[in-house]
Amino acid sequence: MNWRCIFPKTLARIIVAAVIALSLCFCMQSKAYATITLRAVMHSDLKIIDPIWTTAYMSSYYGYMVYDTLFAMDSKNTVHPQMVQDYEVSDDKLTYTFTLREGLKWHDGASVTSDDCIASIKRWGSKDSMGQKLMEFIDKFNVINSKTFAIKLKEPYGLVLASLAKPTANVPFIMPKRVADIPASEQITDYTGSGPFVFAFDEWKPGDVTVFKKFKDYVPRIEPADWGSGGKVVNVDRVEWLSIKDHQTAVNALIEGEVDYIESPPTELLPLFEREDNITTRTLDQLGNQFILRLNWLHPPFNNVKARRAVLAAIDQISFLQATIGNPKYYKECPAIFSCGSALATDKGTEILMKSDIKLANKLLAESGYDGRPIVLMHSTDVDILNNLGPVVADKLRSAGFNVDLQSMDWQTIVARRAKRDKPADGGWNIFMTALATADIMNPIVSVGLNASCDKAWFGWPCDARVERLRDQFARATSLEAQKSIATELQVRAMEIVTHAHGGQYYRPSSWRNDKLSDVIGGPFPIFWNLTKAK
Amino acid sequence: MFGFVVNRLLATIPVMVMVTIFVFLLLRLAPGDPAAVLAGDNGSPQQIIEIREGLGLNQPVLVQFGTWILGVVRGDFGKSYFFKKQVSELILLRVEPTIALAITTLIITILVAIPIGVIAAYKHGTWIDRIIMALSVGGFSIPAFVLGYLLIYLFAMKLDLFPVQGYKPLAEGFWPFLHQLILPSLTISAIYIALIARITRTSILEVLGEDYIRTAYAKGLTPNNVLFKHALRNAAVPIVTVIGIGVALLIGGVIVTESIYNIPGIGRLIVDAVLGRDYPTIQAIIILSSFFYVIVNLLIDLTYSLLDPRIRY
Repeated sequence: MNWRCIFPKTLARIIVAAVIALSLCFCMQSKAYATITLRAVMHSDLKIIDPIWTTAYMSSYYGYMVYDTLFAMDSKNTVHPQMVQDYEVSDDKLTYTFTLREGLKWHDGASVTSDDCIASIKRWGSKDSMGQKLMEFIDKFNVINSKTFAIKLKEPYGLVLASLAKPTANVPFIMPKRVADIPASEQITDYTGSGPFVFAFDEWKPGDVTVFKKFKDYVPRIEPADWGSGGKVVNVDRVEWLSIKDHQTAVNALIEGEVDYIESPPTELLPLFEREDNITTRTLDQLGNQFILRLNWLHPPFNNVKARRAVLAAIDQISFLQATIGNPKYYKECPAIFSCGSALATDKGTEILMKSDIKLANKLLAESGYDGRPIVLMHSTDVDILNNLGPVVADKLRSAGFNVDLQSMDWQTIVARRAKRDKPADGGWNIFMTALATADIMNPIVSVGLNASCDKAWFGWPCDARVERLRDQFARATSLEAQKSIATELQVRAMEIVTHAHGGQYYRPSSWRNDKLSDVIGGPFPIFWNLTKAK
Repeated sequence: MFGFVVNRLLATIPVMVMVTIFVFLLLRLAPGDPAAVLAGDNGSPQQIIEIREGLGLNQPVLVQFGTWILGVVRGDFGKSYFFKKQVSELILLRVEPTIALAITTLIITILVAIPIGVIAAYKHGTWIDRIIMALSVGGFSIPAFVLGYLLIYLFAMKLDLFPVQGYKPLAEGFWPFLHQLILPSLTISAIYIALIARITRTSILEVLGEDYIRTAYAKGLTPNNVLFKHALRNAAVPIVTVIGIGVALLIGGVIVTESIYNIPGIGRLIVDAVLGRDYPTIQAIIILSSFFYVIVNLLIDLTYSLLDPRIRY
């Protein structure tokens, strides 16, 4: 049979036409863009564009692009003026006077004023834990002129500048007064900032791409950029944050040069980059993150301190880190509750946590009178960094004698369920694990895990008057020595009563095309200024 | 015919009502709380309560349903909890990639599946038939995420013929648009080609045994004429049914392919919405998808009468 008989002429014509059309299309490929666009794959997509309303990290990253801060911290944890040119502290340490830099402008062209700054501090101070603490000490704000304002305290407070330089969520970003006057319980809808990039709202495709354009009127400081401090010199015209959900696809796109930068590729895929000369992988966030294991104080058995101590005795950090990170290059055991590398780091009181001692755990559990009831351990299966943690914790606790009910669920179910105070059998819980940026636990005021104010505390609701008293003392301490001493005492106490267990420090390296990007700098958030992209 | 169409459209109303009630209740019964998601990792219990109040999630379910359904009746699906954009706007942003993917997939499928199905039937029992059927079993069996990665590895990373990921709208030019869609379309097409080729083969085989086919050959018609003018047309009803169902499934069933190729379509939108418990977005997509299914089924029924004059409504 002749094959020409089987295919109808019409079909043959369609195929030929399609081939010709495709050939023509090859000749019409789009021309290269004239603008320099940096394409970055972020760990998540941007959902909420109010960095004060939520503590989501992506919203803070967005904030650093669009807004600026009065002060900023550098890589040595030193606070530097950022929007502020000069500041003075009165001899009685009750009055802080700030003068803004010349040339600070909003994206709409108006000048940044003292009123804007005061309104922004108030909005942030009504929402953020460190801001709330600061506001407790503030007596009043005084506008001296459009560029100068003062904060008058009720009593000396050691964390005024550190609060205004807080590096992670919620960051005290400065917004126009008309925006900052909106209560922090409502999301803002005006995205005007004064930062180095302008948010291109019209080009924002939620779940796909977020676009920022260089703010041409931004006046950078003259000092070199270091974390959020120093000169934010922008060398690209446009930054696109891409949301690529599939890690393998993101990795393939970087290898092929379709994207320039991946904020945090999963550690198991990093070996793919090792054989690529054009890709650099480096830990940009030297602070890293810490695993947190949180116990629910409201219900048995963890309403008993001995049962909580039994958990500390049973677990160890190295098991967590090996199971989740694997490569020792990207983790370290860290006894310090305020993170290793911070000014407050100490190993006092954490001996019980650093080595698994099942015999001691058995003994403590027996002394607690544990009746063998199932303990609900919420295990997140869709966050890659937490996925392997649940089974390891469950295994350790079972060895200690706990009857563990390991419940697997997606992370969003955990964040909803952890807010429930019900009994575990009625939809509540006993244990959940998470990971927090180290910048969020660097001192007793900012660390949510250390808040032991009972009903007002973070999920798990620890309740301890002494911890709260020490946190207050820390806030009032005005010298680093005094702060260190109180922080050490706090760490010992936190371990005694077990507010939470910290499960080791780990780092998420970033990867980028070294044939395109240079001068990439690190920080506790992704930094898109300073770097340059080859045309 | 007109009466049939009107009746079918009226019949969609109770279906849609059931879907709206079911979807609304299902989401409220499912675990998860959008307020907790919105508050972020360090959000305090108090912040979650405030957000819940702001979204109206503290109101009784009946009140929430009433508020929402009144909006839907007016064509307002509400605002996304997360993006503070109208849900309809979010869906519109995502419709083009999904429709484009569905159309290119359909074109590839029809261009490949029907001819090879006809060839397999015509060469029934030969090695050609066996090879085509073996390939179709392969098409059924290889999951999209495996085939997708294999195609990316070969055609994007080794041969550099296509991009690894992404989508370019038609407005940026036809070739960039098509260039991005070829690999994802091939990935989805595999299963549809396998399915439709097998259905075509079976239908043609049934028809080829009919008396009128023998008569056609006896009249001296060429195999070309017999196969495509007589056999294929008479075998078309089951093929069109499968293609129609395939189109409906394509719209909601491209989640994996959209993820692998980073195509910002409806599939990814609904996954994001489900993971974030973005109730208004999930509800709107499910309602619109259900309506789309109903319409596609109606169109399939109407096509029958075009293909087979014996079918009249």
